[in-house]
Amino acid sequence: MDKMPKWADVILTPLISLILAMGISALVILAIGESPWEALKTMVQGALGSSYGWGFTLYYATNFIFTGLAVMVAYHASLFNIGGEGQAAMGGLGVALVLLYLPLPHWGLALPAAMIGAAAFGAAWAFIPAILQAKRGSHIVITTIMFNFIAAATLNYVLVNLLRPVGSMDPATARFPASTNLPSLTDMAAAIGITWGRNTPANITFLVAVLACFLIWVLIWRTRLGYQIRALGRSEPGAVYAGISPVRITVIAMLISGGLAGLMAINNVMGEAERLVLNAVEGAGFIGIAVALMGRNHPLGILLAALLFGFLYQGGGELALWTSIPRELIVVIQALVILFTGALDNMVRMPLERLFLTMKRTSRGAVK
Amino acid sequence: MNIRESLIAIIVLSICVIWALADGAAAQQGIGSALRLMTPLLLACLAGLYSERAGVFDIGLEGKMLMAAFTAASVAYLTGSAWLGLAAGIAGSLSLSLIHGLASITFMGNQLISGVAINFLASGLTVLIGQNAFGLGGRTPSLTGAGRFQPITLPLADALRDVPVLGPIYSGLISGQTILVYVAFAMVPITWWVLFRTRFGLRLRAVGENPASVDTAGVSVTRLRYTAVAICGILCGIAGAYLATGLSAGFVKEMTAGRGFIALAALIFAKWRPWQALFATFLFGLLEAIANLYPNLDLGIVVVPSMFMNALPYILTVVILAGFVGRAIPPRAGGEPYVKER
Repeated sequence: MDKMPKWADVILTPLISLILAMGISALVILAIGESPWEALKTMVQGALGSSYGWGFTLYYATNFIFTGLAVMVAYHASLFNIGGEGQAAMGGLGVALVLLYLPLPHWGLALPAAMIGAAAFGAAWAFIPAILQAKRGSHIVITTIMFNFIAAATLNYVLVNLLRPVGSMDPATARFPASTNLPSLTDMAAAIGITWGRNTPANITFLVAVLACFLIWVLIWRTRLGYQIRALGRSEPGAVYAGISPVRITVIAMLISGGLAGLMAINNVMGEAERLVLNAVEGAGFIGIAVALMGRNHPLGILLAALLFGFLYQGGGELALWTSIPRELIVVIQALVILFTGALDNMVRMPLERLFLTMKRTSRGAVK
Repeated sequence: MNIRESLIAIIVLSICVIWALADGAAAQQGIGSALRLMTPLLLACLAGLYSERAGVFDIGLEGKMLMAAFTAASVAYLTGSAWLGLAAGIAGSLSLSLIHGLASITFMGNQLISGVAINFLASGLTVLIGQNAFGLGGRTPSLTGAGRFQPITLPLADALRDVPVLGPIYSGLISGQTILVYVAFAMVPITWWVLFRTRFGLRLRAVGENPASVDTAGVSVTRLRYTAVAICGILCGIAGAYLATGLSAGFVKEMTAGRGFIALAALIFAKWRPWQALFATFLFGLLEAIANLYPNLDLGIVVVPSMFMNALPYILTVVILAGFVGRAIPPRAGGEPYVKER
């Protein structure tokens, strides 16, 4: 029996969790001697008050859509992929190698090629933790975290010793050829005669990300593979009984997850920096966890949650610029969202369920 | 104890002996440094041991240590007392333990997610508060004098200095560490005794294997698990305080650098046993010390780059988790919230 209506489960619980997280963040801001109201106004003004702000918000949201989808796909197979950070970093390496070493005359060709590179490198980085989890039962949470550290060290080595142009001190690759630069949303708006978001990094990848949301929805709820992933996630013995191989599905789910995280590099490496720099991911892989949990592991929810976190991220940057509140506020909010929507879920849910039960009873009593 | 179980001990001790024979002075320096570097790992590993033996998985060791390092360094700086810093470190870590307990015991939430949230919470809060309080970009000001734990010279250390073999070991390695190093090492036999020789320890282990049986015997599962989580918090607090006020002179952003996760790997390597935990963490301490001593390790044929040396503990963690060192079976009820009635 459903204890409460579906709409309450899908909308009300994440909303209350968000309000709780925001409330505590407000207390933290108050505790360090700043005004939460002023902080919120600065954030809204900076992130949503102009097309410039929106450009950055959408740019960050694009990153979080990919990493959020990555966490979601693994989560449906009841795998907790915390390695989005490392997988996205390796995806960046894939993008850089494709764009630097393949002669691609036009971005229309470069985009699919770079997407393949990004997804392949991201997936490859998720493969070892996946196979270790599937075959040896090594805890995927710890192995993916370790692979984040190893990815950072690897990229450091590759950028300093191998890909750094001769004579450059900066641990970064050379600029990608100009022919491969992606059209920004500003260019696309200008093409239809609208001036929008000048000098912002938002680019066509945003549309790719929205498309990815739809495709992942199809994959998880409308295909055989998606069914197998969800079946494994619900009950491993049940899946085995239905003839589903846990090893195979675990590895496939993690490959898709890693590939999605890797695809984020299209946005930040190819679309924004147009070269590969150290620490290009900037924590987006971790924010994906909060986005997936907040979005109830559904692509539509993830799209909305990614926009919310895009707003928080851009707003947090503005806060750091105009007030004495550092950027790390966003990490605290992210932690609280994960805590309330993921771990303290029952704290929000139990009283709500009780409330709906009593409401049901009283209304039934009134009919009689 | 058979050969397989003492394998880790044999490996690390032979590394030490070979190193000492090859280059005595460097070995003394390196092993001494390894003892200091393994201390936070050992404390965190034992912390995880209590929690996981009671059936509560804890990915949040990292965050608790980080929070403790920050509160310890801040209070030690403000009061000039390392001991008050230690108390603050324990308090900081315990407050996060309480959240973990609420999420995983009272509200029967997902213990992994709770741990991950705690890690982020610590990572954000320490910089947020630190920047606000000290304005140094998340660092605390450097600690000096009584704000840090100072090395202690054990009795007879000077007299025994020139005795061959025993002298360098006693005077050079065992003596001259800070008090928290001795605390960490003392915790190994204490943990063994508590877990395997007391009634509390028996119940703690039972609650991690089969909580229903403990419940049937009329012992509160909730209370036992909260106690275990609290002990875990205290030990992580000491570990963090040592990082900031013993090993270094102040708090630096993200200073735990994955030590909490390495401690978890060591815990699995040690198969949730205290003595094995000692040697497993010693192995990681040795690795870190070697990486610090030889940033570009020259093996004759190839020079190992420093990035690889720095990544070595993480790679070893994966290798250990892959189970190439024998099968590790976790406590059976680990990660499962206990529901009294279904």
